[in-house]
Amino acid sequence: MSTATETRAESATPYSPAAETLGTVLAPGQRPARPSPLSASITFGWRAVLKIKHVPEQLFDVTAFPIIMVLMFTYLFGGALADSTRDYLQYLLPGIMVTSVVMITMYTGVGVNTDIEKGVFDRFRTLPIWRPAALVGAIFGDVLRYILASTTIILVGLVLGFRPQGGVFGVLAGVGLLVVFSFAFSWIWTMFGLLLRSEKSVMGMSMLILFPLTFLSNVFVQPVTMPGWLQAFVEVNPITHLVAAVRSLMAGQPAVGEIFWTLVAGALIVAVFGTVTMRLYNRK
Amino acid sequence: MSADLSHLAIEASDLVKVFGATRAVDGLDLKVPAGSVYGVLGPNGAGKTTAVRILATLLRPDGGQATVFGHDVVREADAVRSRVSLTGQYASVDEDLTGMENLVLLGRLLGHRKPAARDRAGQLLEAFGLTDAADRQVKNYSGGMRRRVDIAASILNTPDLLFLDEPTTGLDPRSRNQVWDIIRIVVAHGTTVLLTTQYLDEADRLADRIAVIDEGKVIAEGTPGELKASVGAGTVHLRLRDRTQRPEAERVLSRALGSPVQMDADPVALTARVSADGDESRAAEQASRALAELAHAGITVDDFSLGQPSLDEVFLALTDHPADRGPSTDEETAA
Repeated sequence: MSTATETRAESATPYSPAAETLGTVLAPGQRPARPSPLSASITFGWRAVLKIKHVPEQLFDVTAFPIIMVLMFTYLFGGALADSTRDYLQYLLPGIMVTSVVMITMYTGVGVNTDIEKGVFDRFRTLPIWRPAALVGAIFGDVLRYILASTTIILVGLVLGFRPQGGVFGVLAGVGLLVVFSFAFSWIWTMFGLLLRSEKSVMGMSMLILFPLTFLSNVFVQPVTMPGWLQAFVEVNPITHLVAAVRSLMAGQPAVGEIFWTLVAGALIVAVFGTVTMRLYNRK
Repeated sequence: MSADLSHLAIEASDLVKVFGATRAVDGLDLKVPAGSVYGVLGPNGAGKTTAVRILATLLRPDGGQATVFGHDVVREADAVRSRVSLTGQYASVDEDLTGMENLVLLGRLLGHRKPAARDRAGQLLEAFGLTDAADRQVKNYSGGMRRRVDIAASILNTPDLLFLDEPTTGLDPRSRNQVWDIIRIVVAHGTTVLLTTQYLDEADRLADRIAVIDEGKVIAEGTPGELKASVGAGTVHLRLRDRTQRPEAERVLSRALGSPVQMDADPVALTARVSADGDESRAAEQASRALAELAHAGITVDDFSLGQPSLDEVFLALTDHPADRGPSTDEETAA
């Protein structure tokens, strides 16, 4: 039995636990008050930011993907639908921003699915903290990604000739509403992240929901051009209301009704999917 | 046998957890006295991890009940969580973060303000010999370092009860010794430790009491001495020169030792228990007598050894079926 096979260079002198030094860090009975729900969630958000810091490549999908979306659809449909890509861009840009960010929300589910399989979640779940904090914090981290994606699209749009009438304030308000809705929408994916077995099935399910939801809307064309049954779906699709609301804000003529319905839809999604998510989380 | 029942860290009765068709935990009873190291010994799949996950509030039991320091693990889960920590079988730290970031994150979640969390993280890294590795991602740590940062995370707020699920599985001998030393120091400061293990000698060295579990039930419980006495003081391993003599050797051996003889996979090898009521010197005497009888019967023995019972043999003795262990386990006490 030889212990000299240790090849990793830990340090010159091997660690040996000393009762004195370890004793100084052991203090039974001393515990600070537990953190508030918000503070715990923000701490988990900080964890997400640290992960981005260590693996910055993960930002590729929130920068490259939106740029491709804008370029692709502007030049694909612009000529045919509005005779000029520049005119079409005024209509398309808020919608393509919504589509890209809503599509990016699905990574929340993929992230939860891979994260929860690791032992570190066992530790989080044995902490005496507000239960949803780990998931709320993860979505806080994702919100940063939504902001980054939105900013990228606005900048690309401005370069291509997007000229929003609502000015800086209108654009910020539009992005703000989109981020709030996406925060709510992410709870659908936390549910699937906990429900489905693998990363692949989460991706598959996300695509199945996201494609119809984003394409069967007013993102690309006016709903009046569609057959009646399709218009009926487009009318109730929350993405349609979100796009209409964001468009109106960026155009400087806020449509209060659309903004209201977007917020109601967001609240409903959190109420339903947030509750199911937490039930699954507590059972896992 | 008399543990102080008035001061129990854990009391579980008739715990059941079913996964599909498998009864992972099937009527488990456990009484863990506070202030001690309690060993839960069993092979892979015996239900050790499931039991620990129920007691640490990670899983709801399907039947029975359990309390930790008098708090019900289901109804008063938060009260339990504020007094326990868990170091799981797989790293319970975030491998993408550095050692420092992990401990600061946890300190913040336990309610420390940022400067206090940083100070505490620094002290712990120092005490666990990880100061040099503080700013490296945990995924680049060696197995032993990973285990240490994991235990450091578990004692960030010194818990009253620490669950260690197979803390030394997969570690090299030196790291294993370090973990044993850490456990002894933590217990000396008043924390109760529940340790699961597949290794009899680990339970033997560390635990004040041991529960042997199999198929989700406790099949034996007691101090290490009591347990070994019930299983037998030792085990005889034999290798014969001539494989055709094995049936004859089995007959002679089982008569001389008064216990069943196991035919090993190796066609010239035999294993037998020496009970001797747990008395090791009497076991040696019995074994040498058996050896003499083999010689007398004209059986040539090439190799002979008398060792401590291994987990396999404890299992064979207690359940009449061998412990079905995974391929990843190291050899047992090679005596």
